[in-house]
Order: sequence, then structure tokens, then C-alpha cells
Amino acid sequence: MPEPKQPEKLIDDKGVRIDGRRLDQLRPIKLEVGLLDKADGSAYIEQGKNKILVGVYGPREAHPKHIALPDRAVLRCRYRMAPFSVDERKNPAPSRREMELSKVIRESLESVVLTDLYPRTTIDVFIEVLQSDGGSRCAGITAASLALADAGIPMRELVAACAVGKIQGHMALDLSDAEDKYGEADLPVAWVPNANLVTLLQMDGILTINEFEKGLTMALDACKTIHSMQQEALKKKYLVIKEVAEEREETEVVA
Amino acid sequence: MSFTPQLPPVAKLEQKTVIDLVASGKRIDDRTADSYRPLQIQVGLIEKANGSAQVSLGKSKVLVGVKVETGTPFPDTPDEGVLTVNAELGPLASPLFETGPPSEQAIELARVIDRGIRESKAVDMKSLVLLKGKKVQVVFVDIYILDHDGNLIDAASIAALAALASAKLLKAELKGDEVVYRPGLHPLPLNNHPVAVTFAKVGKTIVVDPVLEEEQVMNARLTVTIEKNGNICAMQKGGLSGFTQDELKTVVHLAVQKAAENRAKILAAAKG
Amino acid sequence: MVIVAEPKQVVAPGELLAEGDHLLGDNSFKVGTRIFSACIGIFEVDGNRVTVVPLKGGYFPRVGDLVGGRIVDVGLSGWTLDIRAPYEAMLPASETPGPRGPRRRDLSESFDVGDMVLSQVLAFDRTRDPLLTVKGPGLGKISTGRVVEISAAKIPRLIGRKGSMISMLKRETGCQITVGQNGVVMVWGKSPENERVAVEAIYMVEREAHTRGLTDRIREMIAKSNVVGEVARTQTA
Repeated sequence: MPEPKQPEKLIDDKGVRIDGRRLDQLRPIKLEVGLLDKADGSAYIEQGKNKILVGVYGPREAHPKHIALPDRAVLRCRYRMAPFSVDERKNPAPSRREMELSKVIRESLESVVLTDLYPRTTIDVFIEVLQSDGGSRCAGITAASLALADAGIPMRELVAACAVGKIQGHMALDLSDAEDKYGEADLPVAWVPNANLVTLLQMDGILTINEFEKGLTMALDACKTIHSMQQEALKKKYLVIKEVAEEREETEVVA
Repeated sequence: MSFTPQLPPVAKLEQKTVIDLVASGKRIDDRTADSYRPLQIQVGLIEKANGSAQVSLGKSKVLVGVKVETGTPFPDTPDEGVLTVNAELGPLASPLFETGPPSEQAIELARVIDRGIRESKAVDMKSLVLLKGKKVQVVFVDIYILDHDGNLIDAASIAALAALASAKLLKAELKGDEVVYRPGLHPLPLNNHPVAVTFAKVGKTIVVDPVLEEEQVMNARLTVTIEKNGNICAMQKGGLSGFTQDELKTVVHLAVQKAAENRAKILAAAKG
Repeated sequence: MVIVAEPKQVVAPGELLAEGDHLLGDNSFKVGTRIFSACIGIFEVDGNRVTVVPLKGGYFPRVGDLVGGRIVDVGLSGWTLDIRAPYEAMLPASETPGPRGPRRRDLSESFDVGDMVLSQVLAFDRTRDPLLTVKGPGLGKISTGRVVEISAAKIPRLIGRKGSMISMLKRETGCQITVGQNGVVMVWGKSPENERVAVEAIYMVEREAHTRGLTDRIREMIAKSNVVGEVARTQTA
């Protein structure tokens, strides 16, 4: 697919972005939990054009054995982009970017998983970006923590993530592909709400100290919104079964 | 695939010592929380490189070589030169490092340094074009870790900037299809001077320039790269835990101050 | 002491359950005086104890558990079993009943690779893999009936309060049912049809474990299937 052309302006005179959003507005987010049969836990996220599927296994026996830790589970993480997920086909061999992101995503999740309950085992998180838009690492974290919860793995809480960036001199929430590419800075953030910790923070581009502080606040506010969406999506799976079962009961009683 | 690394070979008692010292406002190597270890910068050690710098940060040692060669530009940036940053964490630097393909630690290190240089537009990429879309100069920044006693990111960042700032190259020109070099060295054009400042959260306290013992017990790490005007041009959080919003605010302000101090030392050393 | 979350409802990891001096049940943890859920599950309050009954999750061994396992390797002095835990389990030859055979006896004559064995967890801790025994009534190789594997997290619901669910299942389907804590359930019925209905009921428990009125719905489902359970048999006799 040919790359879309660079838009003339990322923000119009009325302060509206190319996809019609305000500066502090998230893209539409769709979350789904437990859609894979074989994985112990799974989740799917759509955020803008991002389409990301996450599967979790574990705790399971460590393979190879030498990576096992005596007092906790090893958390393993792979962030991967499908060759067809971007405008120009991506080489399927793991890139340096994917290796770095696998590491920082793992580190964003480590502090919430109660790994000390399962010594000598691994918990594996596979993040597959089926279609990529701006902010795929953050969407990946949002979905990964849902998949961990869906696997029934004991954890302190869900991790929510969202990026902010700078476009045409303004701090803007949740950058899309074009905004990321032609904007001035990108600041992805992952947040653990109860512990009040930022567990992923990267930045590229140029930001003043004030812009950074403003952007961080915007990102954390968005993480709060995403966090409640996560909780809702996780419970929804079970509430649907419950409703169906109980409804069947009621109709049968009437009959 | 990225996985939780093995625990550092440090006894619990030693770990406690490091944490307790930091909590009481001291450090294992007798520094304050906001001070760097002694910094030494030597440039031009490698005659065959266009630029080079060896940096000692305490007992950590890093050598960076800059080579400039002719190559082809990336298709999406036909009017810019190419910048490539690579890092090697070889076995001579630490018993924890192994031979083989680059580890995720090496990749992260190279990419954090790369981001600082690239995002601050330190190297004037436009000036490296010989024939638009066809021939450009490629700047290779190769980071060699010689001794690992903590905070490799800052040591590498300082060495990379010193090597770039002291790099000299022949004037390249295109004569027909051939690249010819004119005699007389001139400096590599630099527009900015990014400097990485790394913090570690040890217990509940944040220290700058963590030594290896502190890295082995830290909860989390944060690198803030500051460009010459005092703006942030790259950030990277590492480690298994995280930072609060207030901690992050404090840290970025300190980063601006520390980066300015180190930048002055780097540029002075690069001038020779 | 305040109960914050609504009892009997689904809670997510990190959700505040209660504040104060409650006893910590399974899948809950404390930060200061606040108690949070550690998994997706049903919040239960039992006196002063707060617990989350997980809706999903694998099996983690405990000493004394009855487990169904598949033989994956036969060694010189024992067998290796897959008991659906994150650890491989060992069954030493010395933990089989009867007189010890000659030393060089081939262990595969007793249990061979692929055999399903009902055993009990004899020893297990954080540092050692689980050790099994088949010394005990009802333990040993399973060669008849049907084996169903469900999520280990649903086993408490399959057993029910004071065994209510499993007794009902046995009674209504006329099947003998043995429940392994690791989610391996063994069913023996007087006909394949009885076994089929029992298996269907077990899967229904797994699927709808967190819904209300489940026992009644399952009883109805079995009744509709026309299999004859124990109650019916005594009536005809």
C-alpha cells in the first residue's frame, strides 16, 4: 500500500485534528477479552487503526530450564509486528525496535504480576500487532494486562497505557500514525493506578520541561479512562455468560 | 523474546547496605544523590577513525568510534545522510556479558543514544548529501563498552557526543559518478549537543549516575536526554518498577542542570 | 472495617474489596489497611474473611490433593507425570502398592507412557517438584470410564457447598464421579449415555460456574436427557 501523503496541517484553525478529534481526545477504543481458545488468556484491542491480539500462557514449566528463577516466575514478552501491519511490508525477522519494545513492555508489566507465587515457572506474553497505527506499544500493554488477567494469573492490578505527543506546537493525546510521523514529539506512558507508578516512559522528539509535565498529566488522565474500560471489558465476558444463563432459567420457569 | 533477567550476584546483606546508605543520604562510593562520579574524557585516541572518544565514569569505561563513509540514503529521506548507532557489550567488560548477537541491553543502549542524537538533530544530515537520492555520507557511531561499573548509558552518551564533536573528515565531492576527497580536514557539522542523564530509584530515593551496586538493587531507572537549549529530546524508563508523577517532575529539572554541567566538560575535551 | 465491593459479584484484579482488619482469604492482598483482589473472580465474604474465588486459572499443587495425571516418561526408579501444573510430577516406584518387585523390573509393565493415573500429592514446596503416591484406596491406573479436563479454578464449584453439586450430579446421572483437584474429572456410568450426560453437566458447570441457580438448571438439563439416575432406580426397585 502506498503511504498516505503528508497532510498540510495536523491541526486546523479551529483546533481540530485531521481525524476530527480535539487535542485531549482519545481515538475510539474497542476491547475484547478471552477470544482465543488455546491460550490461557487472551485479549484484543482496537485503538484507532491499531488491531492488536495478545495471548498469554502460564504459569508453565520454564523452557529452556536455565532461564528459570528460584524464587519467582520469569515474565517473558514478545512484541511483534505482522509483515502486513504497515504500509510497506515489514521484514518478518525481529527488528531492533521490536526487541527494545519487548523489553520495555515487559518491564512495564513486571511490577503488577505476583510472580513470587510461582517459582521456577514462566509466564509468557505474546503481543501480535496485526495492523499498526500510532501508539501500538501502549495499546499492546493495555491488551497484555487484560490477557494476563484473563489467564487468571494473580496480579496487583491492570496496567493502562497511552501516548501523548506534540503536533504543531500543541500537546495532543493519543497520536495517530500521521501525527506521530509528522509531529514533533511522542511520549508513551504506562501507568499502574493503585501503586501510582509510571512503569513505561519513553520520549523522542523535542519537548520543553513544561510541555513534558503537561503531557504527562494528559497521558495519566487518559490512562485512568482506559483503566476503567479495561475493568469493564474484563468483567463483561463473565457478565454476558451470567445473563444468558440466568435469562434461560427465567424463561424456562415461565414455560 | 524478552525475559526477566537472572538476579544479580549480590548477597542480601550487601544489597541492604546499598539501600540503607542511599536512604540516609549517602552512597556506597561516598557521593551525594545528585553528583556524578569523576568524569574523564579523551578524544582522538583512534587515528583511523574520523572521531573517537574514551570516557571513564568512575570505573565504567566506554570507547566510541565515529566513521564516515559513502553510502546510499534511505528511500524515504533522499535528501539526508544516514546515522547508525551500534553498541557492543563484549565479554571483556563484565562477566555478565556474553559473546553472540547483540543482547536486548545492547540494543536498548544503542537505541537510546541514537534517539538523543537523532531527535535533537545533532548531526546536520542535509550537509551529508552528495547526490540527492543516490549518494550520501553515512555516519557510523560504534559504542564499545570496555568496563561495566554501572550507568553505561551516560558514559556512552558522553563518549558519543565527544567523538562526534571532535570528528574530522575530508571534504567529499562527486565527480561524475565517483566520489573524490579533497585534501584538508574539516569538522563534522554539528547543530546540537544532546547529553543523557540517568537516574536510579534505590529504595524510595532517586540518585543520579548509579554505580553497578546501585543498578543491581534499583527498582527502576530513568534516562532523560537534554539538548543544548535545555529541552528534553529523549527519555527511556528501565527496570522492573516505576516512578510517580512527582518523582518524574523532580528528575527532569535535575537532568537539565546535570546535562549542562557535563556538556561543558564534553565540549571542552573535544576542543582538545 | 468496611466491605467496599459487592459480595457475590465479579471483581477485577486491583479492585478494592474491603478496608480494615479482615482476614485475607485466597487471591486477595493488603496494602496498608486496604484489601484488593488479585484476580478476576467472585468476591466472597465469610465472617471476617474476604476471598476471591477465581473464574480462571491453572492448577497449582498442594500436598494432599487428589490429581489425575498422564504418564509422560518411565524411568529406572519411577515415573514422570503431567498433572496440568507448571511443574512435572514424580511418582517413585516405592510409592506404588504391593511388594517391591525385582530390582530390574521394567516399570512400564505397571504404568506406561500415556496411561492416566489417579494419584495423591505426597510432597511439594517452592523448591521441589511435586512427589506423588498411588498408595491408597481408589488410586492407580484408570482404564475405564471417561476422563474430562476442566479448568482447575472451577473445581470448587463442581464440588459445591459441602459437596452439594457433585452429590447431585452423581445421584441424577447414576455415575460414579471422582474429582481431581487439578481439573481432571473421572466418570464411570452404567451406560455410555449416562456418562455422556454427566460429562455434559460437568462442562456446563465449568462454563456457568459464576451464575446463580446453577444446581437447579443442571438438574433440569439431566432430567430432560432421560437418563436414569440412582433415585429413579430405587423407585423402580
